[in-house]
Amino acid sequence: MTNYALPTQHATLEAQDAASEKLAVRNLNFHYGKFHALKNINLSIPGNRVTAFIGPSGCGKSTLLRTFNRMYELYPNQKADGEIVLDGENILDARQDLNRLRAKVGMVFQKPTPFPMSIFDNIAFGVRLYERLSTHEMNDRVEWALKKAALWNEVKDKLKQSGNSLSGGQQQRLCIARAIAVKPEVVLLDEPASALDPISTAHIEELIHELKEDYTIVIVTHNMQQAARVSDCTAYMYLGELIEFGNTDTIFTTPKQKATEDYITGKFG
Amino acid sequence: MFSLYARRRLINALNLTVSMLAMAFGLFWLAWILWTLLRQGLAGIDLQMLTQMTPPPGSQGGLLNAIAGSFMMTSIATLIGTPIGILAGVYLAEFGQKSWLASATRFVNDILLSAPSIVIGLFIYSVYVAHVHHFSGWAGSFALSIIVIPVVVRTTENMLKLVPNSLREAAAALGAPHWKVITLVTLRASRAGIITGLLLAVARITGETAPLLFTALNNQFWSSNMNAPMANLPVVIFQFAMSPYDDWHNLAWAGALLITFGVLALNIIARVMFRQKGTRG
Repeated sequence: MTNYALPTQHATLEAQDAASEKLAVRNLNFHYGKFHALKNINLSIPGNRVTAFIGPSGCGKSTLLRTFNRMYELYPNQKADGEIVLDGENILDARQDLNRLRAKVGMVFQKPTPFPMSIFDNIAFGVRLYERLSTHEMNDRVEWALKKAALWNEVKDKLKQSGNSLSGGQQQRLCIARAIAVKPEVVLLDEPASALDPISTAHIEELIHELKEDYTIVIVTHNMQQAARVSDCTAYMYLGELIEFGNTDTIFTTPKQKATEDYITGKFG
Repeated sequence: MFSLYARRRLINALNLTVSMLAMAFGLFWLAWILWTLLRQGLAGIDLQMLTQMTPPPGSQGGLLNAIAGSFMMTSIATLIGTPIGILAGVYLAEFGQKSWLASATRFVNDILLSAPSIVIGLFIYSVYVAHVHHFSGWAGSFALSIIVIPVVVRTTENMLKLVPNSLREAAAALGAPHWKVITLVTLRASRAGIITGLLLAVARITGETAPLLFTALNNQFWSSNMNAPMANLPVVIFQFAMSPYDDWHNLAWAGALLITFGVLALNIIARVMFRQKGTRG
């Protein structure tokens, strides 16, 4: 297509190429019992970028996301085959230490999930699993994480209060703070704003922009505008297959596949 | 159209009336029981009841040894039953789930839950009392703990199942091992519900007579020796109420009132705690 010749397009494409590959998915297949949910996925996720997975309900985007920290292992009859390489290690390898993997790959869920404990302990929970910090260091870490998640100013005077006492949007930022407090390298966001009001959603999107400086972010979203706003790369999935993957600008302006175009323009989905 | 609407209203009114009558019927007897208890028992409630031992026929006395014995046996039964019950409940909800062992455990637990308490008393009699050749406070505690266990197992499992899976996933996603997810997150989230179940179990065993008849028996005197027969409120009430002596009758009424209101208080505390569950961490 002619649009390919646009200089800005080239610039962003080069920017993507410049980013080093953080996660490489190779020939990934996933089964829920007998149901073949992901079909031969190949994907390269760049570091320090935001990658969005879009597609209609049931297309496998959350399933794909949940293979990156092997969340599916909590349930019997769920099985992934293939390779997912993170920093040169195949994380699907049976010898991979699951808890260490999850310390490296954090996750935030669709619904806010504060633990039944104080705001402070919500953040400290994950940190205590891996590090022995002095009281002073722990205070600093909690403050750092809450500041990163743009929540510090709202909660600094009530760190002892229950995490459940916060509003939905604050709870979700608490969960983001909790995920980054353990200093992961990759942060997975599974529709992090779908249960939130527009203002909280805007907060979270700003946050995603800031976080990509330090982390590799993968986000699943139902909201195409959101994907266009926050992501650098976009993967369009349909019925367990990866239909198209590329620069977000390209995907949203000049998709190569007809199916992607139909979905993005709202003809279907 | 109108006739259909009128018919619905009529059926609704009819059903509402029948339900109200059924409720009134149930409450009527409950109120009568409480009223009789209050009328007959209130006279016997005094300081003497709380400070003196059960008397021989024809003389004055109190219920101190029975209250103390009930308290000791209930406490020990709860101490034995709680950890076993909670651990089994955790197994069913967090590990066993749909495995055959869990299903079998659940089934047996349900049987135990509805087993007549006299059967449990006879069981302890045959496996413990008959072998050591004497009744004892321990035997009574064991029998009561067998009643506590299934109640605690059931409530622990149910309360843990109410914890949304998303909370487990969130804890696991931070890299927490399974046992830490359970102890630090899910058990904590269901704490109020589990304590409620525990209180209800305690309320249940405070009033049990049958399991104590063949195990702790009774004791006319003060005894804190768990290895000897031990006085307890339900059996004292049973014995005194069956006697021909008026003094004993009065004490039995007072004891019955004490137990009933003790159990009522436990139930109310349990309900209040459970209601606060949503608002607390």
